[in-house]
Amino acid sequence: MPRVSFEHITKNYGLMKVLDDLNLSIDDGDFLVLLGPSGCGKTTLLNLLAGLLDVTDGRIMIGERDVTDLDPKDRGLAMVFQSYALYPTKTVHGNLKFGLSASKLPRDEIEQRITWAAKLLQIEPLLHRKPGQLSGGQRQRVAIGRALVKNVGVFLFDEPLSNLDAKLRTEMRLEIKKLHDQLKSTIVYVTHDQIEAMTMATKIAVMNGGVIQQFGTPDEIYERPANLFVAGFIGSPAMNLRKARLSLAGAKVEAVFGSGVRFDVSDYPFITPPQEGAEVIAGLRPEHFVLTANGPFAATFTVPVQYAERTGPDASAYFTFENDLLALRVEPDAAAKLTPGQSMTVSYLKGKANLFDARTGQRM
Amino acid sequence: MNDLTMAQRALGADIAVRSAPYFPRKKKAITGRSVAVIVFLSICALFFCIPLYVVVVTSFKTMDQIREGTMFALPNIWTLEAWDHAWNSACSGTRCEGLKVGFWNSVFILVPSLILSIGLSIVTGYALALWNVKWAGPFLFILFICAFVPFQIIMFPLISMTATLKVYGSIWGVAIIHAVLAMPVLTLIFRNYYKDIPQEIMSAAVMDSGSFWKIFFEIVLPMSGNILIVVLILQITSIWNDYLIGVTFGGMGAQPMTVNLANLITISTGTVRYNDNMAAALLTAIPPLVIYFFVGKLFVQGITAGAIKG
Repeated sequence: MPRVSFEHITKNYGLMKVLDDLNLSIDDGDFLVLLGPSGCGKTTLLNLLAGLLDVTDGRIMIGERDVTDLDPKDRGLAMVFQSYALYPTKTVHGNLKFGLSASKLPRDEIEQRITWAAKLLQIEPLLHRKPGQLSGGQRQRVAIGRALVKNVGVFLFDEPLSNLDAKLRTEMRLEIKKLHDQLKSTIVYVTHDQIEAMTMATKIAVMNGGVIQQFGTPDEIYERPANLFVAGFIGSPAMNLRKARLSLAGAKVEAVFGSGVRFDVSDYPFITPPQEGAEVIAGLRPEHFVLTANGPFAATFTVPVQYAERTGPDASAYFTFENDLLALRVEPDAAAKLTPGQSMTVSYLKGKANLFDARTGQRM
Repeated sequence: MNDLTMAQRALGADIAVRSAPYFPRKKKAITGRSVAVIVFLSICALFFCIPLYVVVVTSFKTMDQIREGTMFALPNIWTLEAWDHAWNSACSGTRCEGLKVGFWNSVFILVPSLILSIGLSIVTGYALALWNVKWAGPFLFILFICAFVPFQIIMFPLISMTATLKVYGSIWGVAIIHAVLAMPVLTLIFRNYYKDIPQEIMSAAVMDSGSFWKIFFEIVLPMSGNILIVVLILQITSIWNDYLIGVTFGGMGAQPMTVNLANLITISTGTVRYNDNMAAALLTAIPPLVIYFFVGKLFVQGITAGAIKG
């Protein structure tokens, strides 16, 4: 099971530079999710790895092999596509078999692998149907099966769940995760859905504008976003980002907001030493607020309620703060009691704030 | 009782459970305008039907009855004499072997030129649409231009070329010219059809197999049913009905049925044998019709099987 690395990858489409000097390396057995908004270059990166696009400059390594100039079929990869890309005139069996057409395997070995994959994905009863006779979830299984039979070390997934409905998506998400645990293969998975990324990945690369904004484990990405883009992109409801100024008094460091609310950030692990009066952007996660005033909090203040949303097990409340909405995660019971216009006292947990340099957008 | 329930009765009540909305057309009263349309359409229909009727009945008449001059009358005695004569022993020029010579010539021209033209253009169209071909854009543009060059302009160069290749005046000569002339249009047709195959299917195939021919025969060709039928109908009709290429490149030995028919009708001695001529014309027209009925059925099957939608 090989490691995969991109070295100084540049990709131009005509005059447009999509990727510029991109470096990324993942270990054997990693589940890498390339996460980003549409047009951020994540699918381009995947297609470069697959060999469906040619790199303009740079090198792609799989294991010890330089695959930059190899044909897609010789790279030892298998790919699952967003639209499933099943061959419509072939049966499920034929689809799986065609996946092996480049490898010159003996007949019984081919049949053995098809049986194995069909059993693993529970598509045995479907083997003699055509793709047109399958449901979306079944087609997705077949598409995964066609990748599995190849028995390769690296699997590529290009937004494989975006055509499924919400329930099926949750199911398939779990199954892909299970497959990864069973097969211990390296997976590169492209998605714009952060839930998929957070639940499945062992490593996430957040991309924007052809640049990797942050590369790390899901927890790192969520808890310590490297810059404003990552902070705003990951999390739902999104992280609250507000301008503030630093105020230093002895060992005490505070972030002062325009409305005069002071946040105690003395325990913040500053990478660069804090400057008096420095402009910062504070990132406050909705779930780090509580609706009480008692306890050692970073800040406690009173804000008027705008509205509350309940989603069953969870609820979000929106308050007006600094002429903008402040999102909070609250208990569904508490959300039911909130009425618009009502003033509430809210507090922010200690040691949970994120601070970004207002000029560079980088984490402080 | 309104129209909807009438329609339901007529079609068996199962139409009521159809999920698609069912909009009955309103019954319109007959107006002056619709009468005018019906009259116009009837005249158009008669315009084609009357000559056809005359041709058919004449072909079954004896010469004695034709001489009476009652063009629209049904045959007194129905006879296949004229058909037999036209097929087996009618004279074109000095040879009196009937139309069957031309018929077989046409068949022998049709088969290789179909295989050649479709074979060449389907692969070219596939390559242009689904593979990265260098200069594909300019090449397509040239094909597009070629599709509109009138045959008459390049007739003489083609004659000397076929003469150099020693195929002039043979069945192969005619077949090759048909194939070459049909290439540009057919290539464009196939290329445009294959452009609609989802890119991801091609990507998957390239990753699975990577072989140009394997992908063509196993994935792309099985998806081409509908367009093949369309092209077949197009080609069979145009090759069978062609006269100019046949008369130019067929020489004496490889005249297709149309040329044979023309000779049979224009070169005659003594009285004009109308019944023979009519039978010969019908004989020449029948093969494409038969193909239409036969292939048309497949065409419908191809659509209902949903061969393309995945």
